Parts: sequence; C-alpha cells; structure tokens
Amino acid sequence: MSIDKDTAARVAKLARIRVEEDALPALAEEFNAILGFIEELNEVDVDGVEPMTSVTPMRLKRRVDEITDGDQQDKVLKNAPDAREGFFAVPKVVE
Amino acid sequence: MLDLSYDAPTPKTIAGAKDDWELVIGMEVHAQVSSNAKLFSGASTKFGAEPNSHVAFVDSAMPGMLPVINEFCIEQAVRTGLGLKAEINLKSAFDRKNYFYPDLPQGYQISQLYHPIVGEGEVLVEMGDGTARNVRVERIHLEQDAGKSIHDMDPNMSFVDLNRTGVALMEIVSRPDIRGPEEAAAYLGKLRQILRYLGTCDGNMQNGSMRADVNVSVCRPGQYEKYQATQDFGHLGTRCEIKNMNSMRFIQMAIDVEARRQIAILEDGGEIVQETRLYDADKNETRSMRSKEEAHDYRYFPDPDLLPLEIEQGWVDDIGATLPELPDAKKARFINDFKLSDYDASVLTAEVENANYFEAVAKGRDGKMSANWVINELFGRLKKDEKTITDSPVNPTQLGGIIELISSDAISGKIAKDLFEIVYTEGGDPAEIVEARGMKQVTDTGAIEAAVDQIIADNPAQVEKAKQNPKLAGWFVGQVMKATGGKANPKAVNELVAKKLAD
Repeated sequence: MSIDKDTAARVAKLARIRVEEDALPALAEEFNAILGFIEELNEVDVDGVEPMTSVTPMRLKRRVDEITDGDQQDKVLKNAPDAREGFFAVPKVVE
Repeated sequence: MLDLSYDAPTPKTIAGAKDDWELVIGMEVHAQVSSNAKLFSGASTKFGAEPNSHVAFVDSAMPGMLPVINEFCIEQAVRTGLGLKAEINLKSAFDRKNYFYPDLPQGYQISQLYHPIVGEGEVLVEMGDGTARNVRVERIHLEQDAGKSIHDMDPNMSFVDLNRTGVALMEIVSRPDIRGPEEAAAYLGKLRQILRYLGTCDGNMQNGSMRADVNVSVCRPGQYEKYQATQDFGHLGTRCEIKNMNSMRFIQMAIDVEARRQIAILEDGGEIVQETRLYDADKNETRSMRSKEEAHDYRYFPDPDLLPLEIEQGWVDDIGATLPELPDAKKARFINDFKLSDYDASVLTAEVENANYFEAVAKGRDGKMSANWVINELFGRLKKDEKTITDSPVNPTQLGGIIELISSDAISGKIAKDLFEIVYTEGGDPAEIVEARGMKQVTDTGAIEAAVDQIIADNPAQVEKAKQNPKLAGWFVGQVMKATGGKANPKAVNELVAKKLAD
C-alpha cells in the first residue's frame, strides 16, 4: 500500500488537521513508513484464528440503568471557545 | 395462536412518459431506546431539559473518559429483536464510525457495523384492505445518537446542545421489501406499534424518538421478482437515500417525488447517482446533501475502548419469557374470541392501552357490542375533547355497566347514549343513575298502549293517511317515543302502532 500526496491531503482533511501543501510529501512518506511497518504483520497466517480482544479473560463491564451523571452545564461548557445561553456556539453549519 | 393470513399488496406503479415503473424501498429506522440513562454514560435521556444539562464528560468526549455500557439498553435491544422474531447474536461488537460534525464531540459514533446484536427478523405490515406485506428485517444494531444543532437562534452561529448525544438508538434495517409510499408509512407505523407494545421505544416521532432513512430506487416491472428470486441487487435500479424523516406524511410525499425524479432522469437516458438526499417539504422536492458525500469515508474500525459484547442464551430466554402479547397475536385473538371484524380488531389493538381497556369492557359481555361502544362512543367522545384512553373519565366498569343495561333491555340504545354522556361528564354508577333519574325503558305494554291510543285519538287525520300509506306509521312511533321521553321500548311501540293502525 502506497500513500501519495493526494491521499495524505485527504486523510488530513478528514481529520480536520491543517497541513500546508509543502508539508504533504513528507507526511505521505511518514504514512508509508508506518504502513510498511504494520504490513510486516501480514506475514503471519491468522486463518481461523479469532481476534484477541483482551489479554485477560474479561467480560465487557456493564452499568445499571441509573442516572448518576449530568446536571453540570457550567463544567461541560467551561472549555468552549464560545458558549451562549447554555449552548455551544459554533460557526454556522447548515444543510 | 391463530394466524391471520393475507395476500401481498400490489406494488405501486408510476407511469413515466414512456414506461411503467415500480418502486423498491428499504428503510433504516432509528428508534430511541427507552431507558433512564444513556448508552455509555450515566446522564439522563429525558427530552426537553435545559441545554447541555444532561451531559456526562463521556458524552462531551473529554479526554480520558471511557464508555461503560448500560445493561438495560442491551436488554431492550434483545427484547426488540425477540419481538421482531429475529435471531439474537450472543456475540456482538462495537465499532467506531468516524466523521466530523459539531454535534458529535467524539469525532466518531460508536455503532455496530460488523457484528450487530440482532440478526434477521420480519414485520407483517397490514395495509388495511385485506392485504399485508411481509417485510424482512436485515439487522438491528445499537449505536449512539448525536447531539442537536439549532441554526435559527443566531444569523452567524449554530448552537449545539449535547443532551441527546450518547442516547441509545436501535437502527432497524429492512430489506428492500417495501413496494410503495403507503407501504413505507405502514411499515413504520407497524414497527412503532410493536416497539410501543414491547416498551423499548416510546415511538414519539415529533420529539425524534423515531426517524427513518428511506432508500428509494425504481425498476421496470418484472425486475423486482428477479431480485427476489436471486437476491441479486443487480436486477434493481440504483438507490438514493433520503435522510432523517420523522413524519409519515412527508415520508410518503418524499418517496413519490424522489421516484418521479429518478424516472425522469432514466427516461431521459440519464443515470442515477447513488447519493444521500434531503427532502424539502416546503418545495416538495429532494436535493443532494453534498456535504454528506465528502464525509462518507467513515473509516470504521473496532472500538478499542469496548470489549466484544457477549450475552448468555439463558438471559435471552428470560427476556423472551417476559414478552407481552404482541399486536399480531392480540388482533388474531380479538377476531377469534370476540368475533370482531379485522378493522375493529386493528383499531382496538393499535395501542396496547386501548386493547386493555376494550378487554376489560368485553370480559363477560358481548364482544361486538363492547367494540362498538369503545370505538364509536368512547373514542369519538375522547377525540372531541382531545383526550386519550388513559385520561378517559369513563372507566371500563362504568362502560360495561351501560352495556349490561342495554343487553338486559333496561334501557334503549338512545337512552344509553344519554346515559353515557351523563357518566362521561358527571361520573357515577350507570345502574344507579338510570334508577335515580327514571331512565328505565318502559316495557310495560299497558303504559305504551295508553300512549299509543292517546296519539291515535289526538290525530285522526294522520290516522287516515297512515291507513292509506303504512309507511307513515313511523310518525306515530316517533310521537309515542317523544311522549314517553324516549323510554318506551321501540320494538314494543312499533308492534303496537302497527296493530292499532290496522284495527
């Protein structure tokens, strides 16, 4: 798998990270290095092997259906660059 | 259980400029799970609160916060699956669906793409004309809802409320088995009915508890049958997805206008582009949501914060043992046990509260008569006051009492309606009211005879006319009823009037 400049630009856009045009070739290179490293794993034959999801036999932890959180509008909005009347205020996004 | 069998309805056909076209529709219904807390946090799911007051740091995606699944939401999904006669997957898993939008602070929605909790099921959709469509359900998966953006509070800004963020949704995905706008609305209605019976979703479409994405394509007659025979989508046309519909009426209009748009393109020699579209009710048109296309690269991958979800068959069986009687079974039983028409049984089973009320009235009484009184008198009266069955001023015992008074000939049908109005507005025991207010039907033929004689004696001219034309006897019956305050037994009056006029 090879990542070109366009693909790097696309990944950056999907992640909403601004990358200057002249930085894209280097970014594509880095992606390729990472993917190349991961591709080594393809050498292992995993046919019929179930994916391992945990190193210890653990069951997905569950919570009971009780209201134990919330009611903290001030804290939720504390880091918002702009908040008005209890809402996050963001640049207009409309379909 | 008695099974009701139906023929399949005729698919809707739209005549284009050149050919006839058929519609093929599949739906993805998002149903909000009825639960106290959210899917992965302890914040409340209650609708209509102060903005951002039902938000845990998990929901606002503060760094380091981890999701912990709400066990009851799993139970609700399993219950829904069992209610749709679907296969329950004892092992399922959560994936991240990545996209960027201000009302989704995580930057991804936790969903179940690869291993949903519920597999194939089915929904029987009655069309009300003796036909019904069996719509196959492909899968149901659990996922998080997004927040809500409000665009009209400021000219330059959108306002975001995260109260809904992280509330559990069930996405119920149908196969493309729906063949027209009416069927689509009926499918959604039936799904809503079943979920409400199960108590797994309140079905409130206005508040967005149920929303549907509708996939529409068109094909020439015959193509669909080829698809059904082979399950090969190649026989069908390219589909477009109309997003986020929460009105039965708009769903039907949107399907119709979208099908016509596609037909016009195809007959012009064009091609349909598979895309997401939005329905504009003001203009009655659908338009492309280009922004969605760009974001369509969801880069799904298994959520590393959540282990696979494993449930036990015993637990599923326990949930199955608590399932209520569902609409199809209840309707069949009403038709069978109470000798109701298909229509009456449908009306009475539409909401479980109505069905329970009817059963309480009909128990030990005449089923057909009970149905008539519940549907025509009670529902009619409640509708006039914009009330529902749960706040009916007349309880089943009272309505049953009225019906018993009619059955025992104690009161006439006409008086019964007056009595119903008294019980509705003033309350009280029907039998006591009848006794106290002298509403009992006069069955004493002596008294009726006296009244008949009186009317005949007072109206010699009418008597002459009636002797020429027996149809005029009705006038005498009316006069006698009036003279007795409507309490005379109409049958007795009829007989006596006929006899006296013949003398």
